[in-house]
Amino acid sequence: MLMKSSLKLPLFACALLCATSMFAQSSAPELPYDTNSTFLKWPEHIYMGEPAGVAHNSKGHIFVYTRTGSVNLSTGSSRTFVRGGARLFEFDQTGKFVREIGQDLYGFVFAENVRVDPQDNIWVVDSGSSMVVKFDPEGRVAMTFGRKPEAVSVPAIPPESQPEPPPGSAPPFGGRGPGAGALGDNFNRPGDVAWDAAGNIFVADGHGLAGNARVAKFDKDGRFVKTWGSRGSGNGQFNTPHSIAVDAKGNVYVADRGNKRIQVFDNDGNFKTEYTGIGAPLAMCVTPGTHQYLYASNSNESGNLENGEIYKLELDGTVVGKFGMAGKGPKEFGTVHALDCRSENEIYVGELLNWRIQRVTLHPGGGGKGSR
Amino acid sequence: MRRFLQFLCFTIGILSCARIVSAQAQIPPRPSAYATAPDISYTSVPNFIKLPTGLYLGEGIGVASNSKGHVFVYTRSGRTRLFEFDQTGEYLREIGEGLYAFEMAHIVRTDAQDNIWVVDEGSNMVIEFNPQGRVTMTLGRKPEAGPGWAYTTPPPRTPPPPAQPYVFNRPTDITWDPAGDIFISDGYGNSRVIKYDKNGKFIKSVGSFGTAPLQFNTPHTIASDAQGNIYVGDRGNRRIQILDSDLNLKKIIDNVGAPWAVCITRGPHQYLYSSNSNPDNNDSRFVPVSGEIYKMELDGTVLGKFGKPGKLLGEFSTVHEIDCRSENELLISEITSWRVQKIVLHPSGGASKGSR
Repeated sequence: MLMKSSLKLPLFACALLCATSMFAQSSAPELPYDTNSTFLKWPEHIYMGEPAGVAHNSKGHIFVYTRTGSVNLSTGSSRTFVRGGARLFEFDQTGKFVREIGQDLYGFVFAENVRVDPQDNIWVVDSGSSMVVKFDPEGRVAMTFGRKPEAVSVPAIPPESQPEPPPGSAPPFGGRGPGAGALGDNFNRPGDVAWDAAGNIFVADGHGLAGNARVAKFDKDGRFVKTWGSRGSGNGQFNTPHSIAVDAKGNVYVADRGNKRIQVFDNDGNFKTEYTGIGAPLAMCVTPGTHQYLYASNSNESGNLENGEIYKLELDGTVVGKFGMAGKGPKEFGTVHALDCRSENEIYVGELLNWRIQRVTLHPGGGGKGSR
Repeated sequence: MRRFLQFLCFTIGILSCARIVSAQAQIPPRPSAYATAPDISYTSVPNFIKLPTGLYLGEGIGVASNSKGHVFVYTRSGRTRLFEFDQTGEYLREIGEGLYAFEMAHIVRTDAQDNIWVVDEGSNMVIEFNPQGRVTMTLGRKPEAGPGWAYTTPPPRTPPPPAQPYVFNRPTDITWDPAGDIFISDGYGNSRVIKYDKNGKFIKSVGSFGTAPLQFNTPHTIASDAQGNIYVGDRGNRRIQILDSDLNLKKIIDNVGAPWAVCITRGPHQYLYSSNSNPDNNDSRFVPVSGEIYKMELDGTVLGKFGKPGKLLGEFSTVHEIDCRSENELLISEITSWRVQKIVLHPSGGASKGSR
């Protein structure tokens, strides 16, 4: 409860906010933990790259969506096309390699995340193609969201020198603020996907100044329901909404990385509260089960080895504890980009900097003797 | 490593910029034929196209059948590829692996002799394969690559160079008259229809960019009837222009929305199908005004309609090509759902009890 802040009380709230922020990062209890980074058995000649996403299904199979190889530009006669650069792999519950899914897929350009829904469908989020692709458990494409841009400009046109839109076209951003995106599944560098119990689909969309800054909601049949958010720091605004999770009641948690907070919305996108003091959340997951917890990673920027701890929170924002720090050694984390909550005490952690997936086992009752 | 990351960032950057420059479209009204066209009952055959493990369709851009009922799918997969399936949808083979002209798939059609023709709007080429899958004719030419050439993409809205007889600018579709003459809609860059003889020799072309009769705004799809009349889906102008085989204008149909895909059935009584597809940018505001396919007599009399936009089986996500070898068994490819559906129409099937 300490993490909740009310922005209606200006100065006092600010002081409280700063205090709680420092308090959380310094005083959250250390959760003892171990890691195993060799449980995935990669075949010869397959290399992981940056594991942007990791997820498990009901059988305990593990899916890894990874940045691998390089993105290819191919030159048509009048336009330049982009493909390649991301792959999706499946391992069984013992870590044995099962298969690759989506070989040479049109929408696989730059891996962002993979999640598995309660029906064991595999959902991939790709920020290079700006697409979300749903595979059925057999690995066939079942539904697609968004559309990969047909072609790209080479060299890139900086945003400030974009050509003027043709006369009569709609105002930029649909008149709904920068980053608000289009009405529908026209994403711009999406980051993550989540579902509520009814199967409604929530997409965090997207990254940085060039991308959108919103959440889009679809029903289980893929029909657009609504979108909320634009670029900014107010309630319901985002600065790189990078990760998203939904609890059993349908509340929506958005890791608002650039604003260093987690925003909580009801199922219709109404702002409820925000949690601060947990750093800049890059990855997030909600545990299954009756008592749910929220894990959020204050991942280090790829240019430094600062921060890097992962917080365990009650759904109301109370910090239960934290574990880990940035680094390249065992039990350290190098820009955690993927969190998958297998259970309250078993978490898969995908690290961009270390090209590594660690299976974290927490020992909450383990004498509280600190993690390192 | 650093260079690798820089390249990735660079690539992601240009993808983002490409997204920014896409303009938002205006919302048109429902086509005027929508209100009065009766609903045609239909079903979608589940999992008709069966892909082997490890093969995936990308944007289901082109679909065509031959006289045996074999199905050809020209797809924007990771790379552009052409697949052949048998009449039950079982996978047979890939054609043209790594072909020089496969850059950005647009359309596949089969001619009366079962030759397979693909139109590629990335390489600006039209390729004929014989039924065995060997290249037998090429139209257009992919420009030569050279140092620095890859970095000269013209800025958006650069006017296209003057149209030339044997050079396309993002061509879109192909059809033939009974004499075997070849008609090509060209295209996104140019705004014209070109006629070649059956040996690929230029005869004439008609059209320029505009809204007047015999002008075009993205001539996107083209089909011919048994009399040699040419039906041009003038998508941006939301009309079908009907030309005779000498490319003189005969008639304009303008009440069935934006024709993304037209198809004319074979047999003694021919019908015309035209899809008022929902746009490929997934703009939800178009859902109430698009997504249906019209069935017409060749004179434009609307007989019925079917379909609506959506991602489920039996719904359509930007229909891009229709194959209508049979009047009531259609093959329909969609851009944004990466699939080909086999649609069975039930025109007399117990009135209009809904579409699915």
